[in-house]
Amino acid sequence: MASEDVKILGGWPSPYVMRPRIALNIKSVNYEFLQEQFGSKSDLLLKSNPVYKKIPVMIHGEKPICESLIIVQYIDEVWDSGHSILPSDPYDRAVAKFWATYIDDKWFPGLRAISRAEGEDAKKEAAEEVIAGLVLLEDAFIKCSKGKSFFGGEKIGYLDIALGCFLASLTVTEKMGNIKLLDENKTPNLFKWAEKFSSDAAVKDVMPETGKLMDFAKVLIAKSKAS
Amino acid sequence: MASCVQLLGASRSPFVNRVQMALNLKSIEYEFIEENPHDKSERLLKANPVLKKIPVLIHDGKPICESLVIVQYIDEAWNNGPSILPSNPHDCALARFWAAYIDDKWFPLYKELRGVSTEEARKEILDKIFEGLMLLEEAFVKCSKGKPFFGGDNVGYLDIALGCYMPWMKAVEVLMDVKWLDEIKNPGLAEWAERLYSHNAIKDVMPETQKLVEIYKMYQAKEISTSG
Repeated sequence: MASEDVKILGGWPSPYVMRPRIALNIKSVNYEFLQEQFGSKSDLLLKSNPVYKKIPVMIHGEKPICESLIIVQYIDEVWDSGHSILPSDPYDRAVAKFWATYIDDKWFPGLRAISRAEGEDAKKEAAEEVIAGLVLLEDAFIKCSKGKSFFGGEKIGYLDIALGCFLASLTVTEKMGNIKLLDENKTPNLFKWAEKFSSDAAVKDVMPETGKLMDFAKVLIAKSKAS
Repeated sequence: MASCVQLLGASRSPFVNRVQMALNLKSIEYEFIEENPHDKSERLLKANPVLKKIPVLIHDGKPICESLVIVQYIDEAWNNGPSILPSNPHDCALARFWAAYIDDKWFPLYKELRGVSTEEARKEILDKIFEGLMLLEEAFVKCSKGKPFFGGDNVGYLDIALGCYMPWMKAVEVLMDVKWLDEIKNPGLAEWAERLYSHNAIKDVMPETQKLVEIYKMYQAKEISTSG
C-alpha cells in the first residue's frame, strides 16, 4: 500500500499512544512518530487537539483525530489491509466496546490508584480491586475469544489493544509495589494471553521495555513529590 | 422473523432517552421496562452485572449496555432508515469525539452545579458550561455543514448524544434563571434545539421540564444536606 501522510503525536511511555501505533502496524501503514517532549506541549499538539491538549493525536493528511480508541476505530474504517480490528458481528462489537469502556473508566484508574495508595492496607485494597477487575476480564476473554488466542479471535483485535496497552504499566506496578496482579492461577487465560499479545509482531516494537518504563515512573514520582 | 427488543430504563434518564431516540429513528418496536435506579431489580442486575446501570437493551435475549454503545449497536444491527453514525470515517471520528467530550467533560458540569453553595462557585461553573457551549456551537457549524442537524439532513449520533440532555438543560434554566441557547451567542445550536424538539422520533421521548425541576431540587437538597 502506498505510504500515506500519517503522523502520530505521542510519547513512548504512554499506553494510550501505543493503541493507534498497534492499529497502524496491523494495517501495515507507515507513519511518522513525532514524540512530544515530556513536560511541554508542542504548537502542533495544541493546534491539533485544542480541546484536551493531550496525546495521542493522529494527523491523516491535514486532519487531526483525537482520543486513542476513536483513532483505532478510525484506522480500522479507513484501511482494509491486514485484518479487521473491530469484530464484524454487531453484538460482538458492542461487547468489545463495553469492555474497552470499562477498562478505561474503571479498571485502569484502579491500577493507577495502587501506586498512589498510602499505607499497606490501602495498597492491598487497591490491588484487590484491580485483581477483581482482571477476574471479570478473564471471563470476558473466555466469552470473546471463543477458544482462540486473543479477545479478537485468531488475531489481535480492539479489546486486545484496549487492555494490552496497559500490560507494561501493570508489570511496573507489580515490581514497584512488590505485588502480584496478573496471576497464573486466578486468571490463567489472561496470563497466557499477555505473553502472546506482548510478543505479537504488531505490538513488540511499540511496547515499552519494563526497565525503561520503571525508570521513567520513578522520575515522575520524584517530580511529583518535589512539586 | 420479528425480533424481541426490550429496553430496561427510567424515562427521566437522558442515557435511556438516547436509546429511545435511536430505536424510534429506526422504527423499531420495543418493550419499555421501567426500572428504579435506586432499587435495582434482579432483572437489571442479571442483565448488567458489571456496572448495574440503566439503560440496558436486550435484543433476542442478549444484553447490550452503555448508552452510546447501544446507539451504535442499533445503527449496525438494523439497516433500515438513514444511518445514525456518519458514513465518512473522519466525520464519524469527529462525532465520537464530541459525544465523548459531552459525556466526560461538559455535562458533568451540571452535576457540579448542583452541589455548590456560594455565588462565586456557581458563577465559575456557569462560565465553564457557557465556554463548552461555544465549542459545541463551533462543532455544530463544522459537522452540520449548513444542514439542519449535526448528522446533516437527518438526526444522527451527535444530535442524540447532546440532544438527550436538553430537558435537563431546560430544567436548570428554570431553576437558575439562565438561558443556555440564544440567537446571539449560539444561533446554530439555538435553532437546532428547536428542530430537535419537534422531530417525530425525538419529541415524545423528552421528559417534561417541570418533572425534572422537581427531581433536580430533590438531588440538590440531598447534596447540600450531606455536605453539611
